Amino acid sequence: MLNASLKQLSGLLAGKKVSSVELTQTFLKRIAELNPALNAFITVDEDKSLAQARAADALLATGNAGPLAGIAIAQKDIFCADGWRTTCGSKMLHNFIAPYDAHVIEQFNRAGAVNLGKTNMDEFAMGSSNETSYFGKVKNPWDLNAVPGGSSGGSAAAVAARLCPAATGTDTGGSIRQPAALTGITGIKPTYGVVSRYGMIAFASSLDQAGPMAKSAEDCALLLNTMAGFDPRDSTSLEREKEDYARDLNQPLAGLKIGLPKEFFAEGLSADVAKAVEEALAEYRKLGAQTVEVSLPNSKLAVPVYYVLAPAEASSNLARFDGVRYGYRAPEYGDLVDMYQKTRAQGFGAEVKRRIMIGSYVLSAGYYDAYYLKAQKLRRLIAQDFTDAFKQCDVIIGPTAPTTAFNLGEKSDDPVSMYLSDIYTIAVNLAGLPGMSVPAGFGANGRPVGFQVIGNYFSEAKMLNVAHQYQLATDWHTRMPQGI
Amino acid sequence: MQWEIVIGLETHAQLSTQSKIFSGAATAYGAAPNSQACAVDIALPGVLPVFNRVAAEKAVKFGLAVGARINRRSVFERKNYFYPDLPKGYQITQLELPIVAEGGKLRIRVGDYEKDIRITRAHMEEDAGKSLHEDFHGMTGIDLNRAGTPLVEIVTEPDMRSSAEAVAYAKVLHSLVRWIGICDGNMQEGSFRCDANVSVRPKGTETLGTRCEIKNLNSFKFMEKAIDYEVRRQIEILEDGGRIVQETRLYDPDRDETRSMRSKEEANDYRYFPDPDLLPLVVDEAFIDRARATLPELPQAMCERFIRDYALPAYDAGLLTVARELAAYFEDVVRAVGDALTPSPLPQTGEGDGDAARLNGMAKLVANWLMGDLSAQLNKDGLEIVASPISAAQLAGLLKRIMDGTISGKIAKEVFAAMWAGEGEADAIIEAKGLKQVSDSGAIEKIVDEIIAANPAQVAEYRGGKEKVFGFFVGLSMKASKGKANPAQLNDILKKKLAS
Repeated sequence: MLNASLKQLSGLLAGKKVSSVELTQTFLKRIAELNPALNAFITVDEDKSLAQARAADALLATGNAGPLAGIAIAQKDIFCADGWRTTCGSKMLHNFIAPYDAHVIEQFNRAGAVNLGKTNMDEFAMGSSNETSYFGKVKNPWDLNAVPGGSSGGSAAAVAARLCPAATGTDTGGSIRQPAALTGITGIKPTYGVVSRYGMIAFASSLDQAGPMAKSAEDCALLLNTMAGFDPRDSTSLEREKEDYARDLNQPLAGLKIGLPKEFFAEGLSADVAKAVEEALAEYRKLGAQTVEVSLPNSKLAVPVYYVLAPAEASSNLARFDGVRYGYRAPEYGDLVDMYQKTRAQGFGAEVKRRIMIGSYVLSAGYYDAYYLKAQKLRRLIAQDFTDAFKQCDVIIGPTAPTTAFNLGEKSDDPVSMYLSDIYTIAVNLAGLPGMSVPAGFGANGRPVGFQVIGNYFSEAKMLNVAHQYQLATDWHTRMPQGI
Repeated sequence: MQWEIVIGLETHAQLSTQSKIFSGAATAYGAAPNSQACAVDIALPGVLPVFNRVAAEKAVKFGLAVGARINRRSVFERKNYFYPDLPKGYQITQLELPIVAEGGKLRIRVGDYEKDIRITRAHMEEDAGKSLHEDFHGMTGIDLNRAGTPLVEIVTEPDMRSSAEAVAYAKVLHSLVRWIGICDGNMQEGSFRCDANVSVRPKGTETLGTRCEIKNLNSFKFMEKAIDYEVRRQIEILEDGGRIVQETRLYDPDRDETRSMRSKEEANDYRYFPDPDLLPLVVDEAFIDRARATLPELPQAMCERFIRDYALPAYDAGLLTVARELAAYFEDVVRAVGDALTPSPLPQTGEGDGDAARLNGMAKLVANWLMGDLSAQLNKDGLEIVASPISAAQLAGLLKRIMDGTISGKIAKEVFAAMWAGEGEADAIIEAKGLKQVSDSGAIEKIVDEIIAANPAQVAEYRGGKEKVFGFFVGLSMKASKGKANPAQLNDILKKKLAS
């Protein structure tokens, strides 16, 4: 059951070979055993999960259940879930019990899925290693000395270690794809606006997008079918017809044109990652695809542009955490300003504070034009690069991250080096495009490598097809870490 | 030195919508604290704003009413600052691209002159909540019911030159927003609030002086007093050789003075940027046309029409067009009285122009009654015109009887009082109380004969040339007729009898 696909689990549940309660207990037991080593979950609530599992069993008994009914899904702790502690990895919300469901949670609840628990993450999704969480670092199940990537590192580690059949993540600059690559799982960040942000605690509103993290592209398609859809509560949610993201999974790839951005295969890419990606490309050529070199000339600007825009939005989005209405408040303070200062000084971690300061700076009088406005203009150029590239190809493929998972603590004191681990993923968020990471083997140190598939707007079904055909031909995605 | 006063006003008018500007919570005033604050209003983690398009309709109506250009694309921005009653830590407002752009103006009348005040812009924004400092034993209570209430902030050019002009503008604006149905104008409840930017400069110079912004002007009276105080303060400083510091000042009505709230240096850097949670607001021609179609005849146009068509003095026309309900009441009465007169003085479709002179005389009578007895009674009972116990049709019933000579103006006041007390229609009261004017010359002659006979001394005085005694006879005769004698007839008969 640990390695079963969602489709297989669904079949077992529908065929009464296993109940949702049994399935949920199996994974809860595994969490109890392995989470102390991995720290992938912040909150596990067996009673709540099992109550949902019992309800799912009743739904399954009616014979009218959908494909995710009874399946336990781990939720990134960025999504508000009614009655669940929702911390966003921060001391600021260490005691916050959400009084409502995020759109994503609501969609899974409607589908009869079980919430298996809330996964660990970088504080307010700011980080690429899952070391900024107030609730402790997450360990990479392939090597407990390595980071799992971030910010959705808890979800990635949980899926990789089979603590859950699948999980959700969010991706502002690579937070689904980079940890997916570093833990050998599959994850997709959809086109901006495909999944509602309602109830997802905001980091950088114009970049944040939720998506599934699972063992395979096929599982991701099934999950995305549930997560996606128009939601009037999010003004940036796109009003489009409901689509089946699994519809093209089995299309052959003959004639597929894969664009290879020359800037992604240049200096900074480690040899073992380059090799694994080259091997994946060779596999694609075997499947009938052609490769063509494309250029994203402004991609070198993506990281600096991102580190102006994302902190700017974050500095404003995080202003609500002021100790007045909910969450952490400093135990002792003098006047109002002192209460604000102490609460925020004590409630936020170093990386969050760093970004709030950067963001406040780039928005301040006298610097707005030079930083924020200029970054917005460059953002359009970066998006235009992709539009031009997609005139020559159907999808773009390259590395997800420049290296395999680095060691815990390795980059903690060097934020710029940490920021550069998202060098290939960030431009995709700036352009609002969909991107995914697919396992492609292992690096020299035995840690996983992922390659990134970038599609044009709303081409998720095509991207999932591209990934699925590769996964039919390879077995990297079925590999599971041993001896945790 | 002669000083010139320069004033610009910023007015926050609450847009009368059912729900808030970015959430579904109700906007009704006076509910229990925080009972009308939903997840969005209290800024729970993860919530998002959704724009209420009714607010845009109302803002566009305002823009059209003042003749301003409407921005087809306007942008919501975040104004960032910390305050306990500002739950998100920022206010959603419009800065670079407001929904109502330049070009608007409002005409004011002060004393015997008129003047146009230019409106720079009007933008939509959300209101903050309320901090309650009393009753919490050294702590502060927060009521977020008002958080997210839709406002339109209307900004003028520095076109006003006296507190009287500022008040006149505020009153015209107050009347207009109620007239076009975008704001209830309730100043006590904070639905209409003004801030004044005040500066002075040597008369004849062009450069603007350093200004101070006065906040908390929640009545026209306070506005006038606050501006007058502030002008005196600034002139005194300048005449003593000092400099004005640009700052925000608060008016304290109890002490009748303004005092410093914060200087420009202490002002926040609001770090405005476009709100990424909201798309730019696009209004198309159809949207604007629909808003235009719902605009009623505007007060200025109606005022001009009243002057033209009813020959009303500008003062009367101005007063009658202060509120749409009052103007409508006036026209209802004029129409009902006119219809009842034979021939009707109202312009008849297809049959000539009516009788302008009679119409105008009648309209003036109606205006006098509205501005006089009716207004006085309404004020006394604290009623709005829509709640008047005497309807337009009922008042017309009374005024018809003045017009046709059934009762005198004096008797009409008595009938009016009875109508106000709920004693019924004018005709029924006249009948029941026997107030019909006596126009029977025989009956009046009989009264006059008796009075003359009973007062020989006064008759002699009169006939001896002391004409003032005439009034004595009028009074006695009127009293004897219980006020019902037709005054003109009585005069004629008295004169004739006394002369003989």
